[in-house]
Amino acid sequence: MTDLLEPAIDARRGNLLADSWLMTTRLLKQIVRVPDLLVFSTIQPIMFVLLFRYVFGGAIVVGPHGGYVQYLMPGIFVQTLLFNGAATGIGMADDLQKGLVDRFRSMPIARSALLVGRSISDLIRALLVFAIMLIVGVLTGFRFGDGWGGAIGGTLLMFGFAFAFSWIGIMIGLVVKTVEAAQSAGFIWLFPLTFASSAFVRTDTMPSWLRGFADHNPVTVVVNSVRRLYLSPTNSREFGVPALGSQLLQALLWLAGVLLVFVPLSVRRFRRMSR
Amino acid sequence: MTDAVVVESLVKTFGTTRALDGLDLTVPEGSVLGLLGPNGAGKTTAVRVLSTLLVADSGRAEVCGVDVRRDPVRVRRLIGLTGQFAAIDDYLTGRENLVLFGRLFHLSRSAAAQRADELLERFELTDAASRIAKTYSGGMRRRLDIAASLIARPRVIFLDEPTTGLDPRSRLSMWDVIRDLVRDGTTMLLTTQYLEEADLLASSIAVIDAGHVIARGTSDELKASVGGTRLELVVDHAERLAIAADVLERVGDGPPSIEQSDRRVTVPVTSGAGVLAEVVRQLDGAGVGISDLAIRRPTLDDVFLGLTGHRAAEIEADPEPAVAGADHRDGGRS
Repeated sequence: MTDLLEPAIDARRGNLLADSWLMTTRLLKQIVRVPDLLVFSTIQPIMFVLLFRYVFGGAIVVGPHGGYVQYLMPGIFVQTLLFNGAATGIGMADDLQKGLVDRFRSMPIARSALLVGRSISDLIRALLVFAIMLIVGVLTGFRFGDGWGGAIGGTLLMFGFAFAFSWIGIMIGLVVKTVEAAQSAGFIWLFPLTFASSAFVRTDTMPSWLRGFADHNPVTVVVNSVRRLYLSPTNSREFGVPALGSQLLQALLWLAGVLLVFVPLSVRRFRRMSR
Repeated sequence: MTDAVVVESLVKTFGTTRALDGLDLTVPEGSVLGLLGPNGAGKTTAVRVLSTLLVADSGRAEVCGVDVRRDPVRVRRLIGLTGQFAAIDDYLTGRENLVLFGRLFHLSRSAAAQRADELLERFELTDAASRIAKTYSGGMRRRLDIAASLIARPRVIFLDEPTTGLDPRSRLSMWDVIRDLVRDGTTMLLTTQYLEEADLLASSIAVIDAGHVIARGTSDELKASVGGTRLELVVDHAERLAIAADVLERVGDGPPSIEQSDRRVTVPVTSGAGVLAEVVRQLDGAGVGISDLAIRRPTLDDVFLGLTGHRAAEIEADPEPAVAGADHRDGGRS
């Protein structure tokens, strides 16, 4: 009887770090093998930049001396990263649908590695997408105005925010379980969130009922914080961007709140698959 | 002989459906148990409980003496699972898939690579090893899928409907693959909807219906219960029936039975097409005209009809739909 109990190979207990890294590299290979995904996830934001910068931009007044591209790009960056994060849920649903999640769950690995690996690989994809968008921004006239510290701080904040929101995507993927459903359910809620915000226009141009929502919308407070960190103080003042303190505080609260709610929810949902 | 898999009074409900309703099974080490039943009988649920993907409501399930509920991690080291749909990463090459699964079993980089090459060779995928799996045919995907479940040299393999959805040629090659595993003495639990498949691959068969076993035995025993393979002949004139019965008695394996009203003679046979040709020759020689002549093999339907009195297809309440759907992956909730 004892020989039956010997594992066939020397298999240690699942190691979260090692397993997560294996999952991450698996998904990074996907990015390289299916470049269309990366292309399509950047084409849309590039179209947005061109549309708002050159088509609507002339008609949108954000400050006394123009400079709409300065106003626009932080909004575009945040929007792009949020959509990138939502795509996490589609990948999750894909793995579920194909039975890959079942295979992984029947193996002696740390099960949370599936979630962590996906989250990390999507963060790396976000870096790629951000780099592309930054180049597009600079080509269309965007410039950092508040030094290296601001540029790095603003970027970190955006990535933290996108990481937190990608867990909403993961949760949606776990709940809907098909790629098609994840595609619609994963993105639809992002449209009101990004458009009824300060991402493209000043919220003081909106009717008061909408402004109440827009001013406390997580996208608004993150975009405003990023503007304060990316742009020169003069720029920020002219655009009527609220002071950094309150905006950053609200942004960090949103970030923490979303993580605190959706990470445990997703993990619980994942565990409950065996019920 | 030790039992590698033991299942006792296993119960699993999804809402109001009792997917498993007191299931009892044993698979002796080194043998293959065919779990035969229609869609919704509970086959997949049983495999999912045994492979630690689902937790049963009550009852006991052990793999190599390890309880699946109490020590699932240890069970996962002992098993290989091949589900109904090829669970491989489309964007990795065949080799990368196998190396990934090997690494996840904590094989060293070189050991994983070596094992991957071994399996690719064995499943005739060496030529396609560097192509991404998305380009593979259905049969190749299934072979890679089975290879993936063998990475860690599991003690017990669960094959859940390994040939469902495959074209006939891929099905034959899949049977070859499974027969090789059987020859190596692998302990296997194989679920199938096809009596023929269970017959070919399993050393013993358990027929399940509505979540519990309704019959068990070798395929011969089961077939005997429904009459085995028969040759049916309908002659053109009733007065020739006696001559026809004589011919069939010489060719068949037992006494023929005659149904006067249908001008039909039936006889049990063992071999298929050869008998058919012989019968035609002899009937021709004896001047008997044939209206209809056919070999009837017992199907799952016949077994079911014999055992339960209803046809397999009549069974409803399907907790494990046959389509690739999210529902059953989650155990049929929602």
